[in-house]
Amino acid sequence: MTPLLSVSALRVGFGRDPMKNEIVKGVSFNLDAGETLAIVGESGSGKSVTALSINRLVDFGGGRIIDGSISLRRRDGSVFDLAQANEPSLEKIRGSEIGMIFQEPMTSLNPVLTIGTQIEESFRLHHGLTGRQATAAARDALDRVRIPDAARRLKYCPNQLSGGMLQRVMIATALACNPRLLIADEPTTALDVTVQAQIMALLGELKRETGMAMIFITHDIGLVAGIADKVMVMQAGKAVEQGSLNDVLDRPQHPYTQHLLSAVPHFESGRAVRSDFHREETSSPALTVDGLTVRFKVTGGLLSRSPGSVHAVENVGFDLMPGETLAIVGESGSGKSTTARAILGLVRPTRGSFSTHMGSVADATDPSVQMVFQNPYASLNPRLRIDSILAEPVIAAGGRVNAETRDKMKALLKRVGLPEDSLERYPHQFSGGQRQRLCIARALMLNPSVVVLDEAVSALDVSVQAKVLELLVDLQREYGLAYLFVSHDMAVVERIAHRIAVLYAGEIVEIGDAASVLSNPKHSYTKRLISAVPSIDHRNQHFEIDTRQVPSLVRPPGFEPPPAEWRSFGPDHSARAEA
Amino acid sequence: MSYLTRRLLTFPLVMLGVSILVFVAIRLVPGDAITAMLGTEAGLLTPAQRDALASYFGIDQPILAQYWHWLLGVFQGDLGISVTYGKPVLGVILERFPLTLQLALMSMCVALAVGLPAGVFAATRNEKLSDLGVRIFAMIGQSTPNFVVGLLIIYALSAGFGILPTMGEFTPFFTNPLRNLGQMILPAVTLGFAFAASVTRISRSAMLDVLSDDYVRTARSKGVPKRSVIWRHALPNALIPVVTLSGVEFGYLLGGAVLVEQIYALPGLGRLVLDAILQRDYALVQGCVLFIAFNFMVINLLVDLLYATLDPRIRLGEGG
Repeated sequence: MTPLLSVSALRVGFGRDPMKNEIVKGVSFNLDAGETLAIVGESGSGKSVTALSINRLVDFGGGRIIDGSISLRRRDGSVFDLAQANEPSLEKIRGSEIGMIFQEPMTSLNPVLTIGTQIEESFRLHHGLTGRQATAAARDALDRVRIPDAARRLKYCPNQLSGGMLQRVMIATALACNPRLLIADEPTTALDVTVQAQIMALLGELKRETGMAMIFITHDIGLVAGIADKVMVMQAGKAVEQGSLNDVLDRPQHPYTQHLLSAVPHFESGRAVRSDFHREETSSPALTVDGLTVRFKVTGGLLSRSPGSVHAVENVGFDLMPGETLAIVGESGSGKSTTARAILGLVRPTRGSFSTHMGSVADATDPSVQMVFQNPYASLNPRLRIDSILAEPVIAAGGRVNAETRDKMKALLKRVGLPEDSLERYPHQFSGGQRQRLCIARALMLNPSVVVLDEAVSALDVSVQAKVLELLVDLQREYGLAYLFVSHDMAVVERIAHRIAVLYAGEIVEIGDAASVLSNPKHSYTKRLISAVPSIDHRNQHFEIDTRQVPSLVRPPGFEPPPAEWRSFGPDHSARAEA
Repeated sequence: MSYLTRRLLTFPLVMLGVSILVFVAIRLVPGDAITAMLGTEAGLLTPAQRDALASYFGIDQPILAQYWHWLLGVFQGDLGISVTYGKPVLGVILERFPLTLQLALMSMCVALAVGLPAGVFAATRNEKLSDLGVRIFAMIGQSTPNFVVGLLIIYALSAGFGILPTMGEFTPFFTNPLRNLGQMILPAVTLGFAFAASVTRISRSAMLDVLSDDYVRTARSKGVPKRSVIWRHALPNALIPVVTLSGVEFGYLLGGAVLVEQIYALPGLGRLVLDAILQRDYALVQGCVLFIAFNFMVINLLVDLLYATLDPRIRLGEGG
């Protein structure tokens, strides 16, 4: 029996001269019906291009198949070479035999069409359904991806649904015509970890139900353990290692695979936490936050009364010692970034107080608290030279740029691992990891005692992440910095945090010593969050599909939440009592 | 309070501002109604005669009093009497407006019928020879003054085919549609030419952006045929900038197109305004400007309402 899909010696290039700009350099693999192949690699490894070549969407991005063949065994048994096919025949294959889902559900659905229209389209195109039949089919498709209240949701436009819901809609659309191959290109990268777990569970279940084959593309080797039968590791356009799931994860042969498995942060349930800091209650904290509350008024019409406020952050309090890292973890909408911004004075708190060594932090001018942002591509002004960028905090604090400042710049650049001539260059001349080093250097220009790191490594490739984390740890030891590390990524948090505060719906639900919180979570949300974290230990584990949504944070005017009751679970571990 | 009511409430405020500006501006121009009307003969007037005329036109009063007087009239629906036509201003404007409105609508139809398909076509053939052709056409269309285009069209038709544009007394559409269209089609094409060029450019660039969007890739991954990807998935998303541009251009056209009206001898709003300014027909200038400003506001409102129907993400009236 020929395999469902057989790719051999595939080479893909881009631009006017594809031979010169080769992205995929001879990739071969086979995939049988019902099998799942995971393609793992970092950005630029050619994994997405390989996938997009299979249904030839790569043509629309300026790519061209230079060489090789892609044979698909069609439903009727005939073998079809996708690499040579023309556009009209490809249109018949796409959607009906090969479905695809993408990384960004928020942008992958057409914003001006209802989701019903978009799902129906597949049935119209490939099954010739019209009118009520098509609508009924679309409703069934939504039911299949466990979207409650499907009939009503068909009339929604994409902006009315959350990211997790939209990814389900994407899956429903892709699976509408029961394709025999589903290509999933980083389908959960843009989603929260608990939503990711739900989508992974759904994909696993649908795969078993329909017997389809799947190509699953990811940069997260932890994620493949839950779903793949076979793994292919790609680096710089080549498949460096291929094999069964267990062989690749347990007995990696290629150095790059070994590197991915060892150097990259994997979640280890609290076994990998740092042990280089111990709190002494006698020392004075670098930052104390007490009763921080941030509410945003929901605007009504011009004359109508406001229907209430969004309680983004509710009564958050903690203290942070010099040399200590407190990680604030939570999902989108949990209030973790708002907390960080309020501490820096970028958002005006409704109430609550902060204090540092310098006194109370009321505005953005306190030099003892500095920040590193998530996206190093957006947080450096592209028109400024690096020396001007590094001078910025000094000027903002009312200082003068003199020889001493320049010496400091040079010393810091050296310290973060960048060449001294970086000062005369512009941000676009640096890679993502280098840019984040620049952002760190900028934050250190004023000798802060507290650095707020808002998802500071989330935008970086996994192996770069590990190096930036190492740098952060070294700098912390050297300067006795206190870090407030805001992140959604538990594997990263495990590597850097001494203490963890779990934020859910604007409130801290659990706080304590990192090892204790990660290995022995007490609050139900923390448990859910931690069990959702992918790990290479969770081989083909079945997740329960959990469709719970985060509760609305809009409260009526004048609403005050009842005071929290805390339970203690050890010397430094407490969680909110649940009803 | 609904979005529409709130928007309508801003109308009088804007009109008030516009009226003050135009009231002051026209009086800052040297010369007055009497000199403009009588020409050199104004020098023969005795001071007494001059004062009598000034008091007849109401321009002997202080400017504030004049404005107040005029404003009171406006609130009662009376824009004043045009000294050149000896008729109420509103009547004079409404007499000319149907032609201008028709011309604007026809030009816009020409522009959209030519520009939109051309822009979409060029976007789907990005960087190919046919794309280059469309872009050159659009460049020429935008950079050629419309009186040149108008004269060329007349010349080409008369020299090449012996056809002359229907001239003579303007015929309203409802009196004789065929004769009316015969008179209007060439001016509409002339005005539509540059308009079409702008529509082409903006729809090309909007389509290029949209065609690389994720949801277009999704549509392709579903096996949606090319034609449907372009017209059904991409174009509705590319329309917002086209609507913006069309709204602004249409607003300008409603203010009259002086040169084209002159070339084709059409009695439109543009020539009315120009004559009124030259004649220092204060009431008529004020009335026209107010009318044009009102049209602009109505069009802007319509454009905003159109945004909301085109894109469900735009919800009007939220966040004040």
